This record gives sequence, structure tokens and C-alpha cells, in this order.
Amino acid sequence: MSAIYVWIETFKGKANPTSWEAVAAGRMLGASLNLPVTALVFGENAAAVAQEAGAYGADNAITCDDATLTQFRLEPYAALLTQLVKANAPKAVLAIASSRGRELLASSAADTDSAMLSDVLDLSANGDGLSATRAVYAGKVLSDNAASGAAVFVTLRSRAFKAADPAPKDIPVTTAAPALSEAQISTKIESFEEAVGTVNLSDAGVIVSGGRGMANNPANAPAGVSGDAATVWKAQDGFANVLQPLADVLGGAVGASRAAVDAGYIPYVHQVGQTGKTVSPDLYIACGISGAIQHQAGMRSSKVIVAINKDSEAPIFKMARFGLVGDLYQIIPALTAELKKRLGK
Amino acid sequence: MRIAVFTRSTPDTAAKVEVDASGKVTWGDAATVVNPWDEYALEEAIVQAKNAGGKAAVIAIGAPMHDEALKHSLAMGVDEAYRVWDDALEGADGLAYATAAAAAIKQLGDVELVLFGRDSVDVGTDQHIYATARKLGWTMLSYVSKIVSIDFAAKTIKVEKVLEQGKQVITASLPAVVSVLKDINEPRYPSFIGIRKAQKATIPVWGLADLGVTLPASAARVTAFKNLPPRDTRFELISGTPEEQAKQLVDKLLEEKVL
Ligand SMILES: Cc1cc2nc3c(=O)[nH]c(=O)nc-3n(C[C@H](O)[C@H](O)[C@H](O)COP(=O)(O)OP(=O)(O)OC[C@H]3O[C@@H](n4cnc5c(N)ncnc54)[C@H](O)[C@@H]3O)c2cc1C
Ligand SMILES: Nc1ncnc2c1ncn2[C@@H]1O[C@H](COP(=O)(O)O)[C@@H](O)[C@H]1O
Repeated sequence: MSAIYVWIETFKGKANPTSWEAVAAGRMLGASLNLPVTALVFGENAAAVAQEAGAYGADNAITCDDATLTQFRLEPYAALLTQLVKANAPKAVLAIASSRGRELLASSAADTDSAMLSDVLDLSANGDGLSATRAVYAGKVLSDNAASGAAVFVTLRSRAFKAADPAPKDIPVTTAAPALSEAQISTKIESFEEAVGTVNLSDAGVIVSGGRGMANNPANAPAGVSGDAATVWKAQDGFANVLQPLADVLGGAVGASRAAVDAGYIPYVHQVGQTGKTVSPDLYIACGISGAIQHQAGMRSSKVIVAINKDSEAPIFKMARFGLVGDLYQIIPALTAELKKRLGK
Repeated sequence: MRIAVFTRSTPDTAAKVEVDASGKVTWGDAATVVNPWDEYALEEAIVQAKNAGGKAAVIAIGAPMHDEALKHSLAMGVDEAYRVWDDALEGADGLAYATAAAAAIKQLGDVELVLFGRDSVDVGTDQHIYATARKLGWTMLSYVSKIVSIDFAAKTIKVEKVLEQGKQVITASLPAVVSVLKDINEPRYPSFIGIRKAQKATIPVWGLADLGVTLPASAARVTAFKNLPPRDTRFELISGTPEEQAKQLVDKLLEEKVL
């Protein structure tokens, strides 16, 4: 029997919650094609994650909890997915367009000579095939796409689909055998260094971003730190002690412009824009960012944009729903205090 | 031994891109540039080829506009450039692209490492990269921030790979396809002599017959390009003392229900 497959991304035995958005998209397709949704869960703790997928709307699950799959590696994951697709001929295979989702689905699509729609913003069944919209040219233009064939592989932009509210239920689970043994896998993970305070900008509902303007921090650099080093210190201090607290009260993440990243104010993982992350939070607060087109490319699909800039002519105001002209180092602390009071934190 | 890198020309990142009345994507008279992500792959190919005593070769799959990116690559110091083009590739999907890309690598013959940028700033479907690796049947290492070591004799490679949750050190066997992040290096600027040489270079164009492949039917296609829906142009300036601004903004955000 055919099905809609949804790959549930996990890390250390826990599901990436954005995977539930993919389950919701799978249900939507399943409803129009009259097909069940099968959650695919590979690696550690797969059985428990499969039941969680059931709560979010999967009808059944296929799990494979094998030592070769404990940490994500493309080779064993893609070989297993390809084997399942070849054996069971699902109508579609869905996953969130995270870095792993992208490479896993594209690899298996190539193995099975299937059509692929990447990083889609919407999705629907269209006769025998699927239709989807994608953002191209750094989000400056959209494209409509159609795909057909036995199985269509689709990765979904995070936050483009809404996860269902969970309702616990027991779903039938089939276990699969791994497709490769350790001896057949060329990639070996020698070590893993977990990042502290990771940022997942693509999933964030609120993003507070800082730009070059973060350098104009009135705080004094420690004695002995002067010149460029003092500028960097001030900006870093501003990101950590002024922007981060605002992000914290909002339950959001901290972003940055490329100018701030290139100047060493904050690591590259925070960069928003054409050569950084593409984000679409409900609320984007740009602080000391001028709004260059390459920055806009990464954040233009944010629902509500707030710009804080001392230059009333800054292009960022053209994109903003709300504009605050002034010194971010005066406005942000006031805003953080006000939010703490109003949100009761 | 060759190290190959794929690239393409993309509209300048500052270009205003839109869909015209005939449904075509245009960027006016803005320049095209080498896809910014590929500069890191090109730099890495040049460095790794030099270290290994091999050659760096760059390939674009596409219409003549992609010669721009190839010339930029040559000007940076890549040894050879090739373009693959055939009418059958017009509007073809990722699978067709990967089939042609893998065939071009086989045509070069002695490639041990293929490098890609993270993705392209125009089409933005890094699926090409992974599909090419699978069509070649080679190891795929994505989001690489550092090539720690390569041993072409022993056919092994060791890299640092960036994940959403941290950094891995991975060893794998060659031949391999690697996509690189910007942390990997500082791309050089083309030298004056390099630019002169690149201008004079003629770039061989391979058709599908030259590569001895036929394309799979494209099962995915773009049916239309469209402009973005009009933006919400409402704008409210919030003024006053910082405290007044903060209070008003919070009122507005609560009204908009984004908090
Ligand atoms: C190929 C390419 C790719 C690029 N990719 C990206 C990308 O991915 N992301 C990206 O962001 N950029 C990218 N850029 C760079 C982009 O063109 C801009 O240079 C960059 O976005 C500018 O960053 P900024 O706004 O922080 O700095 P600036 O343009 O210098 O703006 C700083 C702003 O801060 C304001 N300011 C200063 N002090 C204060 C204060 N105390 N309070 C309030 N406001 C203050 C100023 O008025 C000014 O508007 C790219 C460029 C190229 C060529
Ligand atoms: N037609 C092409 N010819 C050569 N390289 C390409 C082509 N399309 C994409 N690439 C490269 O493949 C990588 C991924 O691009 P994309 O899949 O378009 O996001 C980037 O390094 C691109 O430069």
C-alpha cells in the first residue's frame, strides 16, 4: 500500500520539533490523496519518537534503531531510505529542509531517479503529481513547480507549515533492518564538539538582530584594551549584554548582519542574509542594521519587522512595519525592561 | 590528478530581480558574478591542487552566460575550465543536472575530489550537489569548514563538518564530493595577469553527445515565475523618549498579536 513518508529528524534520540510541521504537511497531502502518513524514524530511541510522531498525526511508523544510525551519517541513512522507497513505493517523501533533510532526501531522490522539490513554501496534490512554490533569486522572486513520477521527494521550509497540536495515540510500528553494515560505511565520525548556546535561526519565532551599529556601545572597554580591539569588545559586549537579554525575554534568537560577523562581533552562525541564513520569524527586530539588499534577502519574509536605527534615512525603515529612530543602546534596555514588566517576567 | 569544482554565474547580489511581463526573470543591466559561495570552493581547489601537485579544473553546466564565472575562476588561478551545454539541458531538473555533472567528471577521468559551494544564490537548491555525488557513487561530505588532511595515495580525507548542533571531525574515503562553507578560507582576488590570461582563454564546450550521456526525463519543472506578493506597506514611526518608544512599541506588538 502506498503512503506519504515523513522523515523525522532526531538528534541524540530527540525529535527536532520542526519535523512535526512536516508531519502536518504529510497529513494535508494524505487527506487529499487518501493515503496514510508513515513516520520514518532512524537511530537511537526511534520507538519512542515514533509514538510522538503519532501524537502529531502520523498513522504508522517505520523505525530502525541500529548502532550504525546513532549519529546522522548520509551513507547509512540514504541507503536505508532508498531501500524503503524501492520496496514500498510511497507517493511522496517529506522532510524539513534542514541541512540533513536536504542532503538525505536529495541523495535518495537521485538513487531512485525521482523528482525533487526543495525548500518549498507550500505544497499541494495536483492530479497525479505535486505542485509547490519555492523562493528563488535569494527570495526576490517565487517559482511555481510541478513534479510527477512514482515518488516525489519534498523538503519544506521550516515555519512554512504549522504543526498540529499533539494528541497522544498508539500507532503501529514496523521495524526495518539497516541497509548497510558498519564495514560498508566509508564515513567515520572521529569526534564531535557540541556547540554551546546553539542558535537555530531558521526555527525561531522571534529574532533580534544587530549590525555594525552594535559597536557604538557607551560601555567602557576594560583597561588595556584599545583601538580596534576596544571596538570589537564593545560590540561583543552589546550582543551579549544588551541584545541577548531582549531576545531572552521574547524567547527568541540573536541574529546579525554580515558587517557585524565580518568584523568579529559575533560568530557566522548568527548571520542573516543572502550568504547567511534565510529566516521568517513572526517578529524581526533589526538594531543598528542599515538594511542592505543582501540583508533583506534573508529576512524579508518576516511577518512583522521592527527597525531601530539612529539614521532616519536608513533603507531598513522601508521594510519595517514599525520604526524607532534613535540610539539602540538607549532604546533596547528600555524595551527589555518594558517587556519584562508587561509579559510578567 | 585533478580536483574539480562546479560553478555558475549568478546575478550580482545587489541586483533588483523581478519577473517581467512575459514571465521571464530579469535583473536589468546588473552584472552577473561568480556565485559568491563558489569562491570558497574555487580557492580550496586551487590550494589543494597545488599541495598535491595536481590540476584544478572548473566546470559550469549552462548557457554562455556562465562563461563569466569560468573566466573569473581562471583569473583566480584555476588551471582549466569547461562548459557543458546542450539544448536538452534547458529547463531540465536536478536529476538531469546531476547526470550531466557526473558525466563531465568521468570525462575528465582522473578526478579524486569534487568541490561545490554551499548553494547557489539564485536557484538555491543544493540538491544538485548531493545528486551529483550519488550519480558518481562517491562519498558526500557537506558543510565542510576545513579540510584537515587529504592522502591521495591512501585515498582518504579528513574534514571538519559543521552541524546545527556543533562540529564533527570525519574521515572518509576518496574519491569524494565536498561542499564547503565560507569559514574554510579567504578567497583570493584575481590577479591582473590572471584576468588578462582568462580574457584570452577559449573555453571548450561539451555537449551531451561528447559526454556520451542521455538525460533522464525531467520529472520536476518550473511552471512559472512570479513576483512577490505586494508587501504590507504600512509603516508607523514611533517617537518620543526611549521609554515612551518602548512602551508604544510593546502596545503595538501586543495589538498585532506577535508577542
Ligand atoms: C556577495 C555579498 C553577500 C552579502 N551577504 C550578506 C548577508 O548575508 N547578510 C548581510 O547582512 N549582509 C550581506 N552583505 C553585506 C551588505 O551589503 C552590507 O554591507 C551589510 O548588510 C551591512 O551591515 P550593517 O547594516 O550592519 O552595517 P552598516 O550598513 O554599516 O549599517 C550600520 C547601521 O547602524 C546604524 N547605527 C550605528 N550606530 C547606531 C546606534 N548606536 N543606534 C542605532 N543605530 C545605529 C547606522 O545608522 C547604520 O544604518 C553581502 C554583501 C555582498 C557583496
Ligand atoms: N549549472 C551549473 N553549473 C555548474 N555549477 C552549478 C550549476 N548549478 C549549480 N551549480 C553549483 O552547485 C552548487 C549548488 O548550487 P544549487 O544547487 O543551484 O544551489 C553551487 O556551488 C553552484 O555554483
